[in-house]
Amino acid sequence: MPGLRERMLTWLHRRPQARAWALLAPGGLWLVVFFLIPILIMLAYSLMPRGVYGGVESGVTLEHYARFFDPLYLEILKRTFLWSLAGTLICLILGYPVAFVIVRSKRWRNLLLFLVVLPFWTSFLVRTFAMIFLMRDTGLLNSWLLRLGLIQQPLTILYTPFSVMAGLVYGFLPFMILPIYASLEKLDLSLLEAAEVLGARPRARFFRVTLPLSLPGVIAGCLLVFIPALGSFLTADLLGGAKQMMIGNLVQNQFSAARNWPFGSAASFIVMALVLAGVMLYLRFQDQEPKSVTVQ
Amino acid sequence: MTHSVAPAPVVQLVHVCKSFGFIKAVDDVSLDIYPGEFFSLLGPSGCGKTTTLRLLAGFEVPDAGQVRLLGETVNHKRPYERQISMVFQNYALFPHLSVARNVAFGLEQRKTPRATIEERVERALEMVRLEPDVFAQRMPGQLSGGQRQRVALARALVLEPAILLLDEPLGAIDLKLRKEMQLELKSLNKELGTTFIYVTHDQEEALTMSDRIAVMDVGRVAQLGTPAEIYENPRTAFVAEFIGQSNFFEGQASKQESGEWLIGRPGEGAFKVPQHAALTEGAHVRIAVRPEWMDVWRPEAVPPGENAVIGSIRDIIYLGETMHVIVAVPGLGDVTVAVRNEGQLMKPLSWKAGDRAAVAWLPEDCQVLEG
Repeated sequence: MPGLRERMLTWLHRRPQARAWALLAPGGLWLVVFFLIPILIMLAYSLMPRGVYGGVESGVTLEHYARFFDPLYLEILKRTFLWSLAGTLICLILGYPVAFVIVRSKRWRNLLLFLVVLPFWTSFLVRTFAMIFLMRDTGLLNSWLLRLGLIQQPLTILYTPFSVMAGLVYGFLPFMILPIYASLEKLDLSLLEAAEVLGARPRARFFRVTLPLSLPGVIAGCLLVFIPALGSFLTADLLGGAKQMMIGNLVQNQFSAARNWPFGSAASFIVMALVLAGVMLYLRFQDQEPKSVTVQ
Repeated sequence: MTHSVAPAPVVQLVHVCKSFGFIKAVDDVSLDIYPGEFFSLLGPSGCGKTTTLRLLAGFEVPDAGQVRLLGETVNHKRPYERQISMVFQNYALFPHLSVARNVAFGLEQRKTPRATIEERVERALEMVRLEPDVFAQRMPGQLSGGQRQRVALARALVLEPAILLLDEPLGAIDLKLRKEMQLELKSLNKELGTTFIYVTHDQEEALTMSDRIAVMDVGRVAQLGTPAEIYENPRTAFVAEFIGQSNFFEGQASKQESGEWLIGRPGEGAFKVPQHAALTEGAHVRIAVRPEWMDVWRPEAVPPGENAVIGSIRDIIYLGETMHVIVAVPGLGDVTVAVRNEGQLMKPLSWKAGDRAAVAWLPEDCQVLEG
């Protein structure tokens, strides 16, 4: 009589379907417990009346969702979207050339990639504090500018939209560089040679061949920057002071200081729904895009 | 080939050198290519043929020497500044553009009017026998290897270049289609009058299509000539071995009173060879003889006046069109003789392994090799 383990393995071996499920089970279980269930709890909270001492009471209400459509919160939502969008664009403009150079530099490629990833070795919080030291009135940036004689008075850099944007871009730039790097690295060099031999000058070659073929990386990078930027709160909190609140700060506040969990949950869901709608709209648009364009 | 009233060459390489690190990829190559020629660069991998082509295309800059296209030195000109077009080994079709857009690419770069582009794309596709209505809107990913090859060809030809570079364009397609494409390329070359410069490692392909062939070895041109010159008069052992098959013999050259040259080794037989510049008294000389120029005879029946060696048949190999009779000759090794197959079922060869046999050939069929 073969052992239990033996028999289980034989059974799995004969059933590819069961085997696939068995392999999926651990990860799937993890996602159900730590992703799906919390989301469902949040959904439930967002639909329940607020308890007197925080928490919730039983019942169903849409008041938290309705409350979000207050001009005050809509202003925060608008700011969050605009800032995230601007941050994404700046990351793209700064990140694409970096990825391009890394791909081109055969010898230094690994070192440069290492440098791109290096910031992740320290916590984001510590790095954000470092940004404070850099940008505050008596910080390094101001003292350099003063010493160079470019300014007479220290500039107010910290707690301005600029400092928040700087923090966002700094924090998310690697997420833009890496996917673009990955798609550029796959680019077949003979395609570039073909373009050149067909008469494309460097500019045309870039816009007609390189850029379109690295578009998947650009899109992945933009999503990887835009979505976390929407939800970020640390940067706005530490570098923007209380003035530059983003949705992330609002949600965080509701869950901590304000102890209004239902409203925090509702705000989260609204942002989530907006992002999801945006991504789906994009995918739909991409599917409908004709695969080929005729020569008119 | 002599060009007594030769037109000006369209392509000239003048003592061109190109090294990568310590490797001399192209080592002092000089050659002229004339308008409308089908010119092949042939050689094993690493012989410098692809680097030579890339020097012509402008992807590489020569370390020394001159690359001249249409009479103009273009050493430092970028590919888009040269009057060339190219078909790549892996086709290099733009995966994000349709067949029509791929073919139109070069015309668009040249700011050709749209109406003209459409018409020329259509004509180019027809030229490579791709039905425009069927293929124009397809994406490269939806095509077979042979179809991609045709699109790549159309994309290069639509520009009506003076010079078309082809980098092993048929390497990745199957034998039957390859044969077909060989003939099509050759007829396109003649029809359009475009100069084709064709890189290949396939000697049969080069012999089939080329007007002239430059056989390359370790960065140098080992021999340059028409297919017949290269095949029937290989200059070096490398060429004799790389193009077709050859049996090699070597020995000391000596001049007879009759004026004939003999090549042989002391104590062994000697072979009569035709007059050749490399022959001087006492020189060590190698000769090559093609298997199909030899015959197998009974040792006592060798025709008078022919060179002959005697051994025993080691093996007979059936190749379809021909039979290879391999004769082991003591002191010389194996000699391969190609015999026409007249049908082994109806008229079988009268030889079998183990038979004593003589291999004989005419003195003029000896190719005296240099170096």
